[in-house]
Order: sequence, then C-alpha cells, then structure tokens
Amino acid sequence: MRRRGLFSRTALVVGLVFLYVPIVSMIVYSFNNSRLVTVWDAAHSPTLKWYGVLLSDNEVLDAAWLSLRVAICAATASTILGTLAGTALARFGAFRGRSLLVGMTTAPIVMPEVISGLSLLLLFVALQQAIGWPQGMGAVTITLAHISFCMAYVTVVVQSRLAGFDESLEEAAQDLGARPAKVFWRITLPLILPAVLAGWLLAFTLSWDDLVISQFVAGPGSSTLPMVIFSKVRLGVSPDVNALATLMVSVVASGVVVAAVWMRHRQKRRERDAQLAAAANL
Amino acid sequence: MNAQPSTPADAAAPYIRLQAVSKKFGEFAAVDTVSLEIRRGEIFCLLGGSGSGKTTLLRMLAGFETPSAGSIYIDGEDMSAVPPYERPINMMFQSYALFPHMNVEKNVAFGLEQERLGRPEIRRRVAEILELVEMSPYAGRKPHQLSGGQRQRVALARALAKRPKLLLLDEPLAALDRKLRERTQFELLNIQERLGVTFIVVTHDQEEAMTLATRMGVMDRGQIVQVGTPAEIYESPVNRFVADFIGSVNLLEGRVAALGADELTISCDSAGCTIRAGRQVECAPGDTVWAAIRPEKIVLASEGSAAETHAENRVRGKVREVAYMGDVSICLVEIDSGKTFRVTLPNRSGIAAQRDLRHATVTLSWETESPVILTR
Amino acid sequence: MEQREQDRVVPRRFSARRLVAGIPALWLTVFFLVPFLIVLKISFSEARLAIPPYAPLITWRHGLPVPGIHLAGYAYLFTDPLYLRSYLYSVMVAAVSTLFCLLIGYPMAYAIARASDAWRSFLLMLIVLPFWTSFLLRVYAWIGLLQNDGLINDVLLRLGLIHHPVTLLQTDFSLYVGIVYSYLPFMILPLYANLEKHDMALLEAAADLGARPLTAFLRVTLPQSLPGIAAGSLLVFIPTVGEYVIPTLLGRTDQIMIGRMLSDEFFDNRDWPVASGVAILILLALVVPIVLLQRVERSNLETAE
Repeated sequence: MRRRGLFSRTALVVGLVFLYVPIVSMIVYSFNNSRLVTVWDAAHSPTLKWYGVLLSDNEVLDAAWLSLRVAICAATASTILGTLAGTALARFGAFRGRSLLVGMTTAPIVMPEVISGLSLLLLFVALQQAIGWPQGMGAVTITLAHISFCMAYVTVVVQSRLAGFDESLEEAAQDLGARPAKVFWRITLPLILPAVLAGWLLAFTLSWDDLVISQFVAGPGSSTLPMVIFSKVRLGVSPDVNALATLMVSVVASGVVVAAVWMRHRQKRRERDAQLAAAANL
Repeated sequence: MNAQPSTPADAAAPYIRLQAVSKKFGEFAAVDTVSLEIRRGEIFCLLGGSGSGKTTLLRMLAGFETPSAGSIYIDGEDMSAVPPYERPINMMFQSYALFPHMNVEKNVAFGLEQERLGRPEIRRRVAEILELVEMSPYAGRKPHQLSGGQRQRVALARALAKRPKLLLLDEPLAALDRKLRERTQFELLNIQERLGVTFIVVTHDQEEAMTLATRMGVMDRGQIVQVGTPAEIYESPVNRFVADFIGSVNLLEGRVAALGADELTISCDSAGCTIRAGRQVECAPGDTVWAAIRPEKIVLASEGSAAETHAENRVRGKVREVAYMGDVSICLVEIDSGKTFRVTLPNRSGIAAQRDLRHATVTLSWETESPVILTR
Repeated sequence: MEQREQDRVVPRRFSARRLVAGIPALWLTVFFLVPFLIVLKISFSEARLAIPPYAPLITWRHGLPVPGIHLAGYAYLFTDPLYLRSYLYSVMVAAVSTLFCLLIGYPMAYAIARASDAWRSFLLMLIVLPFWTSFLLRVYAWIGLLQNDGLINDVLLRLGLIHHPVTLLQTDFSLYVGIVYSYLPFMILPLYANLEKHDMALLEAAADLGARPLTAFLRVTLPQSLPGIAAGSLLVFIPTVGEYVIPTLLGRTDQIMIGRMLSDEFFDNRDWPVASGVAILILLALVVPIVLLQRVERSNLETAE
C-alpha cells in the first residue's frame, strides 16, 4: 500500500508544480524591468513599470469595463435561468420535453466554442434580417451569448446540489401547509444558497474569461478584455499582460482564501455546537 | 399500561376511511387494495416489516403519493385531489426533518405562519406547544445544537402546533435508545390524551405498537392482514403470518380428527400428540389446520408418567437450550418427534433452578383454551 | 375505481411548474437549438459578396419558391485534402490529449481521494484555483516558458543539457502541453468525485484475500472508477476537438486544427456557408460522444441519489 501511495503522491506533487509554474513565472516576470523573459534586469527590478503601463492603457481599461458589465449581467441572468432549470430537472420527475431540456443544458458545456460562437452570430444576423433587432453586435449580443452557455454550468451545479438535498425537509414544509413556491423560497433556496452563489461565481468567471464566443458576436468597437489580450499575445510575450495576470491571480487567490477560511470557521462552530448538544444529552 | 381511546363517545364514528386503496410502482403493488377505518381520537398503529407497504400507505394519507386506485376520506371529505399543504393532517417524519436554518421557535411557527395568523397569536401558540413538550428553554436554539431526543420533541411540537385533525407518525421511536424510547412512549400517550388528536403510527417494532395502539393493523406485502386491539391480535391472530409476526409462537400442523359442539380434536403427527382445543373456526374433519400455542402458555414439568404416544395436549421432550433473560428464561425443548418447542418460564426461583433444566427430560402441557386454531 | 397516473402529487395549478421548466427551455430553444438549425441551413447556401454573405435558401421566382440548396460547399469539404487532414488531425490530437490527461490526472485524483480530510479540501482548492484564473492568460504563460528565448530553454542551456535552444513552441509538443494543462482539472474532478466514494473496506478485503496492491488496484479500484474515467475523458475529448485558442497560440502553423479552420473560413475568407458546413461536420463527429456523456452523467447522478 505504501508503494502505491508514494507513486500517486509524487504524481500529485509533480502535477501541482506543472499547474503552478506558468502562473508563478508570469507573476515573477511582471516585476521584471526587461521585456525579455530570460533576462532578469536585476539593476532595475523588481519594478511596477508594467503595472503602470497596464493601468494607463485605455484600450485595456475600456475592455475590462465592458467585460465586467457583461459578466455581471450574464452571471446574474444565468444563475436565475440555471436555477430554474436545475430545479425542474431535479424535482419535477418525468415531464414532456425533459430529455430535450437535459440535452440542451448539458451540451453547451462540452460544445466547442467555435461552433457555439458561429451559431449564435448566425442567429443574431437572422434576427436582424427578420425583425430588425439586434441593430448591431455589441454588449447586448455578447451578454445574450454568454448567458446561453453559462446557464448550462449553473444548471449542473444546482441540479447536483438538489439531488443531494434532503427532500423530507420540503415534504415537511408542504405538510405544514406551504405551497410549492413558498417551500422553494423559504426552505430550499436558503439551504442551497451556497451552491447558487458558487454557480454565480462560475458563470461570472466563464463570461469574464470567454474569448472565442465573444469574438464571433462582438461587433467592431466592442472588445472584451480577453479579445484585447489575445490580440496582444498573438505577437508574443507582453509584460503588461503579465501584470494583468498577476492582478487577476491575486484577486482570485484572496477570494478563495477568504472563502476557505470562512468555511472552516463555520465548520468548527458547527462541530462545537453539536458536541455541546450531545454532552447535554436529554 | 395500554392506551385507551380518548373520546369513547366518538369511538364508533369512522374518521379516516381508506377504500380499496392501491399504489403501484410499475408492476409492483406496494399497497394492494387496502380498506381501513380509523376512529376519531384513537391511536392506530400500522405494524409491518420493511416492504410491507406501511410507509407508502402513510405517505398516501399525507398526500405525498397519489393512490393508483381507491379513495381516501378524511372526516367525510375525499382527499384525492387535495395536495398535502391543504390537508388537515400533519406528519412527524422519521428523520424529524427540522429546518436547519431556523431555530426551534421558527420551526414550530412555520406551520402557523402558513395559516396567516397574527404575530402575537403565533407567538402564543408556539409558547403553548413548546411548554407541552417541555422544550421552552430551547426556543432560540438551532436543530444542530439539540440532541436526538430534543429534536424529536421539536418535531412533535411543530406537527401539533396547527392542531391537526390527524397526526401521522413515521417510526417515531426508531432513532431513540431504549430508556428514552420508554419515556417517550408514555409522553406520547400523555400528549395524545390531553389534546385528543387522532394518531396513526407506522412502525416495525411490535413492542411500540402494543404499547401505543388502541387498535392496530398488521400489514404484509401491501395488504392489511388483521385489524384489532393489541390483545385481539396477540390472542386471536387470524393466520399464521400474524401469529408468527407478533411475539413468538409454536405452530403445530395437524389434521382435524373430530368435531364436537364446543371442541375439536386435532391429530398432530409433527408433534406426536393429539390437540384438544375449544372450537373457534369453521372446519371439517380431515382439514389441515395449525394450532398456535404461545410460549408463555406452556407448562413445563419434570418427567412424570411414562411416555404415551399421542397424549392429549401433552408432549415429552428434552431441554436443548435455556436462555436466561433476567425476568424470564426461554427454553428450547426438542420433543420426541424432532420438533422444537419454545417455552417461556418466569424466573421465580432464580438461575440455579434454570441451570438444572439443561438436558433434562421434561413434559410440556397446555390447557384446552391455550391453542389458537388457524386454517391459513 | 379510477386508475390514475402513478407519479408524485401534482399540484392543482400547473402554471407555476410550466414556467419553471418553460422559461429556461424557451431561452435555450431560441439561443441554442434554433442557431444550430440556422447553421445547418446556411451550410447549404452559396457564398455571396453581400451582407449577409450568403444566398437565401428560398428565392421567389414568378411567385414560386425555388430552393437554393447548394452542395458544392460540402463537396469541397469532403474532397479537399486540407480539410480531411485537419479533421483527422483534430480528432487525433483530442484523443491523445485525453489519454495524457488520464495518465497524469488519475494518480493525482487518486492521491487527493486518499488524503486526509484536512489535506483534501486544500488540495482540491489548489487544483481548482487555476481554473478560476484566466484560461487565456495561463495558455499565454506557456509562450513565455516555451519560446526559444524562454525560461525552459534558458534553464536547459544553463544546465548544459543543450547547446542550442530547442524549438519547443509551435510544435505538437507545445500543443499537447497547452491542452493537457488547460483541461487537466476537467479530468481530475470527475475522477476524484468517483474515487472518493470508493469503499476502502473493499481494498482491505482484497488484501485479506491475498491480493497485492497492484492487483487490488487493477481488479477492484480501476473497474469501479470507470464511470469517472468515462466522464472525465469525454469532458476533455469533446471540447478539444474544436479547440481554437490553444492551437492558435501554441500549436503548429503547418497543420492546423479544425476549430481554427472554421474560424479562418469565417473571418478571413468570409465564406459563411463553408464555415457552417465545417461546424456541422464537427457536430456530426461529436454527436455520439455527447450522447455517451449524457448517459454517463445520468447514471452518475442516479448513483449519487
């Protein structure tokens, strides 16, 4: 047993190193004065020069602002739609069209983005021809496109949370006189809220991060942050992008650390409460 | 101390009526054409093993399952189209199902809030019911801060807060340890008597059923096999399944040898004896019947007269095993024909006397009134 | 005696239910299903120098509809060796990447599943954390590492293992590194979810019956983890076939993948019908894996209940 353990643990360490070396290298070189990755300009480094370049680049800032607005709207709408779909799939048993809904909520997760992007653009073009809307490609079309593929992820998260949810709680609420809608609002939703929030964060990240679909459905004049980054990096390494990467990793890492610490705190408090109850056993 | 119906005047009125109710899952009938009447104010226990359909039946009463056939009437009203949140029934779940994100007070108040009562009224009723189950000091606690027994009381309070016509209890004592179970049994009886609520209890535990029930129904494979008071079911089972399911029993198969006006005689080869019993059932000479004799009704004596074959209501055998239970001892006696009898002896003279029994040759006998004759 | 449908209690008012299932269904029909039909339709059109750059499917001549179904686009796709090669290359790359992800990800998932509770959540967090940072940026990071004057070459040169920079970028090697790097969490998480549920007692029983650790793994753990392997593999394979970003930034320039082909056909050649045709052909190849994935997910969800 120990030999097996050693092999897989080594693999784990190697794998984690593999995962993090690129990230760490970007962070390190964001402070390098020289453009060249191989040359650590010790005389002038570490420097915040590239952060300055980044934050004064209007193209980047405008794109970031657009991405932010789109991501917030898309995440919120996806979460609502995804929660509805997840609830329907987890709680409604068999209904007409269920398999279709299942297919439509799982396929976008694996669908290659070029296909999703192409199909959505063609939809918008056809709509434009048919009813005159959307007038042009821009923030609206990007948001609509993002909602459509993000919602599938939220559906999966909510559905799996509901599958593991104790249904007797919902039955008890019904038994006490609450109609299904009330049951959902007062019992189910509060208890699955962590999963719903996780879904929102997931949708936000996917939207914020999306490149391919945005490229298809964005018009001239609206570029999302990934689009701007992509055009920069096609030409090679760009240190201000390293700075951006560092900023993003820091935000995410601190968010994750805060969440983890908070959850552990809650867990500890629960355990303590349960122990106290058991000790005062009546 | 067994329960008595709390309102004898209403004891005759059927309050809950199930009429040929069935529930099928595909081809499998979990509940098969069950008809049942339950009276107001009584405590009715549905007793059965796992898979007997008792829980499905309970869920149909609560409204969580729709019958495949048949109707359910509560106080004269047909419940077929009525969803669970509109039925005058409340249920105490086996897992208690307390809302983890609400404290005790809010849990209990939940049902009252659905009735749109005013805040002061709700608070008063919550305080009242918490007082009844002795959980007032814990009103601010959350479920995970309570022990198992405390949670159960909160679940009971929550179900009773709405003063339902009918309370359904799903294995209420299953999760409790022995001492707590006994205490809770009596507390339940107490509360039922004070409030006059009709109880329907589902359980697999005979002791629980015998203690709580004013009447009980034994279920097997989706059907109700027998309904009656605990005494009726124990003393007069209708078939071998019920006889064997409740308590222990010795079943002797034989043929009807003679039929008299008040008695019948059974020739029993498996036990090597003749059984004379009071006439209880319709049968004809030559029919195959079973005599069910409870272990506590058998008299055990050290070997007396010389062995007789086919003696009446008497067999001879050797004690194979004695299990000392404290209050009683259970003896397994192997008789000459090879069959094993189970005999329960009160430990009047203590363990020493029981020890002497082992491997002793003894005579087992019983009264004419003791066997219950079963035709199926 | 009435015979009723055996199902859960259905509330008297259906409308709430219909809305809950209906709203997302409607949205997806409009924004997911209908677009595919449009793609299909346009794949049969002819490219035109117009806005939009394709001929309508049905033109009206003298009051009668004339269908303008144009199969030349498909003919081109089926006969042009460039497309055939790209297609096969994409499938091959996806398959090989999936294999690599499995070989690397399985031991990692195994190690996390075996770890103590405290470590487990921490390790999972470490695996998932990169996923929350930009995919694009992480792929870009490899450019800095793999380029001729990049970090890896630099280290190898300094260590004296090589004397001239090795071309690591824009090769199959860099493509695989990029894909495995990006999709590894998609393999690890389903595998972990499966492995975590395994009953350790089974392995102990196997050992008790005389099986060595390797045998126990092959005959007890591995078969049980097949659903996880299936889910993880399909989650990696299917999107990789149509990948665009990684091949463009890290992949070869002499042999491109089908996703890039689609994009080039659309944006550079403005040949919407052919691009649509490519999309349809990719979809046809992926239908079977997608259906398989849904089957696997459904049975996984059922065993979880």
